[in-house]
Amino acid sequence: MKTFLILGAGTAGTMIARKMAHALDLNQWKVIVVDKDEEHYYQPGFLFIPFGYYKREHVVKPIRGFIARGVEYVVSNVEALEPAENRVTLANGRVIQYDYLVVATGTDIHPEETEGLKDGGWGENIFDFYTYKGAAALASAISRFQGGRLLVNVVENPIKCPVAPLEFMFLADAYFTRKGIRDKVEITYATPLPGAFTKPVASAALSKILDEKHIHVEAEYNTGWVDSSRNMLVSYDERELPYDLMVSVPLNKGAAFLGAAGIADELNYVKVDKYTLQSTEYPNIWALGDAANIPASKAGAVIHFQMEAAFKNIRAHMQGKPMPDAFDGHALCYIETGFNKATLIDFDYTHEPYPGTYPLPVVGPFALLGQTLPNHWGKLAFRYMYFMMMHGIEIPLPNKFSMVGKRV
Amino acid sequence: MTVLSNISFNAEGFMTDPKQWNKEIAAELAKQEGLETLTDAHWKIIDFCRATGLATGKSPTLRQITVGTGISTKDLFALFPKGPAKKVAKIAGLGKPEGCV
Ligand SMILES: Cc1cc2nc3c(=O)[nH]c(=O)nc-3n(C[C@H](O)[C@H](O)[C@H](O)COP(=O)(O)OP(=O)(O)OC[C@H]3O[C@@H](n4cnc5c(N)ncnc54)[C@H](O)[C@@H]3O)c2cc1C
Repeated sequence: MKTFLILGAGTAGTMIARKMAHALDLNQWKVIVVDKDEEHYYQPGFLFIPFGYYKREHVVKPIRGFIARGVEYVVSNVEALEPAENRVTLANGRVIQYDYLVVATGTDIHPEETEGLKDGGWGENIFDFYTYKGAAALASAISRFQGGRLLVNVVENPIKCPVAPLEFMFLADAYFTRKGIRDKVEITYATPLPGAFTKPVASAALSKILDEKHIHVEAEYNTGWVDSSRNMLVSYDERELPYDLMVSVPLNKGAAFLGAAGIADELNYVKVDKYTLQSTEYPNIWALGDAANIPASKAGAVIHFQMEAAFKNIRAHMQGKPMPDAFDGHALCYIETGFNKATLIDFDYTHEPYPGTYPLPVVGPFALLGQTLPNHWGKLAFRYMYFMMMHGIEIPLPNKFSMVGKRV
Repeated sequence: MTVLSNISFNAEGFMTDPKQWNKEIAAELAKQEGLETLTDAHWKIIDFCRATGLATGKSPTLRQITVGTGISTKDLFALFPKGPAKKVAKIAGLGKPEGCV
């Protein structure tokens, strides 16, 4: 028997496990997926939890319900990977020898890496919304908030879903407006980037929205430490930002065992070829989703687009054929802008987001970089599409980036 | 004539051809960035950035510098105040460090 091992049963691990179980002869192959958790999180939904729009049942489901027939699901933390020995060791003591390995352990937040972030007001007046627990705790803090300084801080890039902090502020602006206290709330965004977003055209469009909503941007802000005795965020160049409520997006890093295995970069993201998604160090290792160090957004939609390419390449590699498909870095993000509107950006490795329309069959077209109600429906429909995807139902989103409908 | 007169720069002041770079140029660029003298500690970082920049074709990020040299972020900011990654890239004759995606 040969073993096809997948680490992580989140968005990417769930999808590749199903594809492999369907494609491989299960009399010859064992398909195993390992996850430390028994719960699958719909992470894009975390954005709506702090404002009470989504509850636990919208975003948390048992992993077991998404595991395809024929796949063995093991619940245990991955402790060590020895790539030269094709061997993985789990916390429960089990050692798995593999023939092929897909790493899909995603990325997680690390507040302990910033001085003073975790030991002072964490859970009292400092929260995250990148975990279910953080988002739920933030919900009660926001419902109690009567006004003051709301500070949103991205500690360091890259972060998963780089537009999520912007969406959070747009929704906060709308939430406090509806509550009638917007004039009592000061919203500040402290980001290491020179502007609102990484790509110039979209950055300009998003900056304009921030401006209209009276959200102050503190750009090129390199977070140094938190002085929670004074409720003060301090940058390395000693710019001090006071807060009454801080929403932090702490440092994002891949799983530690990947760094220890010598196949990852300084943030524990697996080094892969950005087109084939194959490890640059070991030919029988692939990395999918947030765990890979490709220069594309860390987002669920990106995983949908890269899945077909990865699958075809792995299959070809097993048969000793040249790898046929190249992932183009395609990303498509709905950005919630508040008051039941959303905007949309579509880009890849070589094209930045442009204005225009996104011609989706049946449900589209959607406005690119414009704020519309249909885009908001698109964002909400994304949840249904996501769970369809997790159940293995194909969704009608073309994989490759296209310039159709875009204005340059 | 100064050491910089035959060197080409882009609109943001980054050298466009890293091959034109030498230590004299670095010292001159450092002055423009407000650093009058470059100490051994400065050079350790500049050399690291040169080496990784030429090997990868990209200027290293702040984290790559701290991990690669073992210098803490705090010390790095003390050596190259304000934006160290950008400042070192400029002095080392490399392109602007890329924003993230
Ligand atoms: C607030 C927020 C908003 C977002 N909004 C959007 C959006 O609008 N659109 C979009 O496309 N994307 C969005 N995303 C991003 C999207 O959710 C992620 O990119 C995607 O879920 C990543 O999938 P993955 O499979 O790579 O990792 P994950 O789904 O995170 O799965 C990783 C799995 O690995 C497991 N694991 C990790 N380490 C170990 C270990 N050592 N041992 C065993 N198991 C381990 C974890 O338990 C987890 O189940 C958002 C994310 C957040 C946080």
